[in-house]
Amino acid sequence: MNDIEIINFKKSYGDVNAVNGINLQVKKGELFGLIGPDGAGKTTLMRTICTLLLPDAGSIQVKGMDVTQNIPGIRALLGYMPQRFSLYQDLTVEQNLNFFADLFQVPQSNRESRLQQLFQFSKLEPFKKRAAGDLSGGMKQKLALSCALIHTPEILVLDEPTFGVDPVSRQEFWEILHSIRAEGTTILVSTAYMDEADLCDRVALFFSGQIKAVDTPLALRKNFKFPLYRLQGKNLRQLRDFFDQISGIHTTQTFGDSLHVSFSGKQSESQWQAWQKKTGGNLVSWQVQEPSIEDVFLDLIK
Amino acid sequence: MIEHNKIAVRTNKLTRRFGKFTAVDQVSIEVKQGEIFGFLGANGAGKTTMIRMLCGLLKPSAGDATVSGFDVYKQSENIKKNIGYMSQKFSLYDDLTIQENIEFFGGIYGLTKEQIQSRKKTLLKEVRLTNVEESMTRDLPVGFKQRLALGCALLHDPLILFLDEPTSGVDPEARRSFWDLIYHTAEAGKTIFVTTHFMDEAEYCHRLSIMRDGKLIAVGSPGELRDLYHKSNMQDVFIEIVNGE
Amino acid sequence: MTKASRTIAIARKEFLHIIHDPRSLIIIFVMPLMQLILFGYALNMEIQNINLAVIDYSRTPQSSHLIEQFEGSEFFSVFHYNGKHSDIENIFLKREAKIILVIDQDFARNFQRQTKTSIQILVDAADPNAATIIKNYCYGIIANFNLEHGGQISQPFDVEPRIWYNPDMKSAYFFVPGLIALILVMISAMLTSLAITREKETGTLEQILVSPIKPIEIIIGKVFPYIIMAFLDGFLILMMGMILFKVPFAGSHFLLILLSTLYIITALSLGLMISATVETQQVAMMMAISATLLPTVMLSGFIFPIRSMPILLQYVSYIVPAKYFLIIARGILIKGNTFFQLGFQTLALTLMSIILLIRTLRKFSLNLEK
Ligand SMILES: Nc1ncnc2c1ncn2[C@@H]1O[C@H](COP(=O)(O)OP(=O)(O)OP(=O)(O)O)[C@@H](O)[C@H]1O
Ligand SMILES: [Mg+2]
Repeated sequence: MNDIEIINFKKSYGDVNAVNGINLQVKKGELFGLIGPDGAGKTTLMRTICTLLLPDAGSIQVKGMDVTQNIPGIRALLGYMPQRFSLYQDLTVEQNLNFFADLFQVPQSNRESRLQQLFQFSKLEPFKKRAAGDLSGGMKQKLALSCALIHTPEILVLDEPTFGVDPVSRQEFWEILHSIRAEGTTILVSTAYMDEADLCDRVALFFSGQIKAVDTPLALRKNFKFPLYRLQGKNLRQLRDFFDQISGIHTTQTFGDSLHVSFSGKQSESQWQAWQKKTGGNLVSWQVQEPSIEDVFLDLIK
Repeated sequence: MIEHNKIAVRTNKLTRRFGKFTAVDQVSIEVKQGEIFGFLGANGAGKTTMIRMLCGLLKPSAGDATVSGFDVYKQSENIKKNIGYMSQKFSLYDDLTIQENIEFFGGIYGLTKEQIQSRKKTLLKEVRLTNVEESMTRDLPVGFKQRLALGCALLHDPLILFLDEPTSGVDPEARRSFWDLIYHTAEAGKTIFVTTHFMDEAEYCHRLSIMRDGKLIAVGSPGELRDLYHKSNMQDVFIEIVNGE
Repeated sequence: MTKASRTIAIARKEFLHIIHDPRSLIIIFVMPLMQLILFGYALNMEIQNINLAVIDYSRTPQSSHLIEQFEGSEFFSVFHYNGKHSDIENIFLKREAKIILVIDQDFARNFQRQTKTSIQILVDAADPNAATIIKNYCYGIIANFNLEHGGQISQPFDVEPRIWYNPDMKSAYFFVPGLIALILVMISAMLTSLAITREKETGTLEQILVSPIKPIEIIIGKVFPYIIMAFLDGFLILMMGMILFKVPFAGSHFLLILLSTLYIITALSLGLMISATVETQQVAMMMAISATLLPTVMLSGFIFPIRSMPILLQYVSYIVPAKYFLIIARGILIKGNTFFQLGFQTLALTLMSIILLIRTLRKFSLNLEK
């Protein structure tokens, strides 16, 4: 049986359709990612799953319980970390962690090892006597995450958990997520970092209240049908402007120090050399590129 | 006129302590006018503290700094006229419309009604918010809010912009369009001081500095830093610096 | 250089917050009216048409006249009790009356001789609050009677001075100025302190502080809308008080406006002082309540007469701004006091404002240092 079963779910605020009829299944023990542009309806979906909002139409079942019927039942087995979750600013790091451990009745025996694991990722141990309000933005987020992860619910819902978290800590955070999943917890997570989507078992791509695609990251990437190239150049912006004008071009996107371009068909080596000349040598190198989730995302919402 | 060799921000052993804890430890940097200067570092490295000192929001504990030629200790009023700031936490009014926010910030910078109206028009076009100016700010997606915040920071036509994590929580598409805006602004001669945790964005900066535990570890262009640390991308450079002792 | 435009920008924005959130308008304008009506009618219900049993052993024109005085008051409905004297207690038990007036046989004689004469008044003290109010009314009527006839009916009660200037004995007279004092201080102190700490909490203050604005511009811009609100509210309550409870306006309109402004400034300074010291709305709220609501209700003479308080609290009452405003408002509205009669109160409020404002300007920093 699926842990989360969503059938034709709709939700609107006034005349804005936040979620417009979606169907989705999350299996037990799955690490499921939600990605999509800002305002696509991810938070609305997550809040409804957590029984904080009521569906306008359709149904959502969590472990066989309806979100409109068995609210206490669902809440008992579900952990939720809202977007921009703020802690008790006047309590210290340690006090916040202990409070949530007490709240979720984490037994003393488990507590210590879990805390160590969380400190490993958050690097907050040296600051455990500091008031949460005096932490940096990313440290606050990491503390909030640690508080949410201190107990192990059967289903964990995390709304943009890595907001403002630095790359090293993000990596370690995802290692924790994987170990939690290994213990059998089902995890639903939304993110604005596309590299994180790659770390999920399956991903749903949200766009204006609808689901455009659901699949494993690998299958999603394979679905990118256009030949993709990675270019390097002296001036990437000029290079991008140049390729935007080419006929047969599908997408041009900057990716750090390189430019990703895709075409409706494969391009010949001689064509590339012609372009290199035409850009006055601005185009330095080109090579075939495996599409990333970010390429897929940018293409789908185009 | 914009002189490209002019120094926009210069710090000399700038230090900030909170009690016994040193959040920024003797940092010396130089940022040229018209430069996009990236500020990287793990959470708690001291990026926000550094920016807050330069904007006059926090007093340095030691060291010197000038912003746009003005001293941070004595001339903070002059500095404030010349800088725009976008804080890490969204800090516009959620319960005002886009239009009202712009008019308010125009007002506190002492712009006249006419100035505000004309600036509003060009800015809304620039940050691509022309059709939503009557919307309540709280109803906007994150990406829109960030563009509005940038618009408000640019209202009084400052020389230097401090952007503290302007793209956190913003989707890949909106981030790219935000960076197009940053480029535009820099091309108009403004200096941009920006922090980010997206390593692809680090590549978009002209020069970068990376901090660890309040200290400045490395400064240079993305290419220079990659070469220096023998890495193929910024992500690996960053990880090396953050983990290294 | 201070710029008026910056101050105006802040004030305008503050109005926008209020307009965009109709609930705040309700709190500002509807709540005080509800309080007024609640207070007013709750008090009036207790004191209107109270049954008064008269046992008149004197049966003289003088005694009839005294009884007429009671009959003339709309608060008592008077009837003559003809039963046996020993049954008097049954009147209370059967709830036939809440008050019994016994006039002695030699009432008229003593009255004419200008010697002390006595009457007996029994009040049902089952409800002590009501009993106190009833007692006060009786006293007022008797005092009036004495004044008219030059007689000396000895007072059967403790004297409470607040009755003096309220010859018609309408309790509304007392609580309308008190309510004005309360609402003004709440709006001025509580709302301004909340308005500033809210910006600290949401982080919007940080954005304002990087602009070339001056503390004084922020402060004036912030308080201006609340001065207006406070004024409108004060005016509204006074108007309703005059219409519903026939509160008189014996003194100068200008003087009341002038001194109300002073009181509002004192309250605003208090609110600013709070917001300059605390970081969160929650703490600001608690401080504002303990610095405004409680003292204004308990220690200003609004409900409990200051003279009957423990001596320590009487001293404390000297630092409660509402104490002075209450004297001012009651003085102008009911007694028709002039500026010179209220000189001490004016001075006290001015001093408090100056001290608070100086402290606030010193504490209000243009950065995030605590
Ligand atoms: N008011 C304060 N009191 C005590 N410590 C503080 C205070 N403000 C900041 N700090 C500490 O200073 C250090 C640097 O914080 P800062 O906000 O500058 O980090 P940052 O580099 O911006 O991090 P992030 O990437 O998470 O935004 C942190 O350890 C933080 O806890
Ligand atoms: Mg920061």
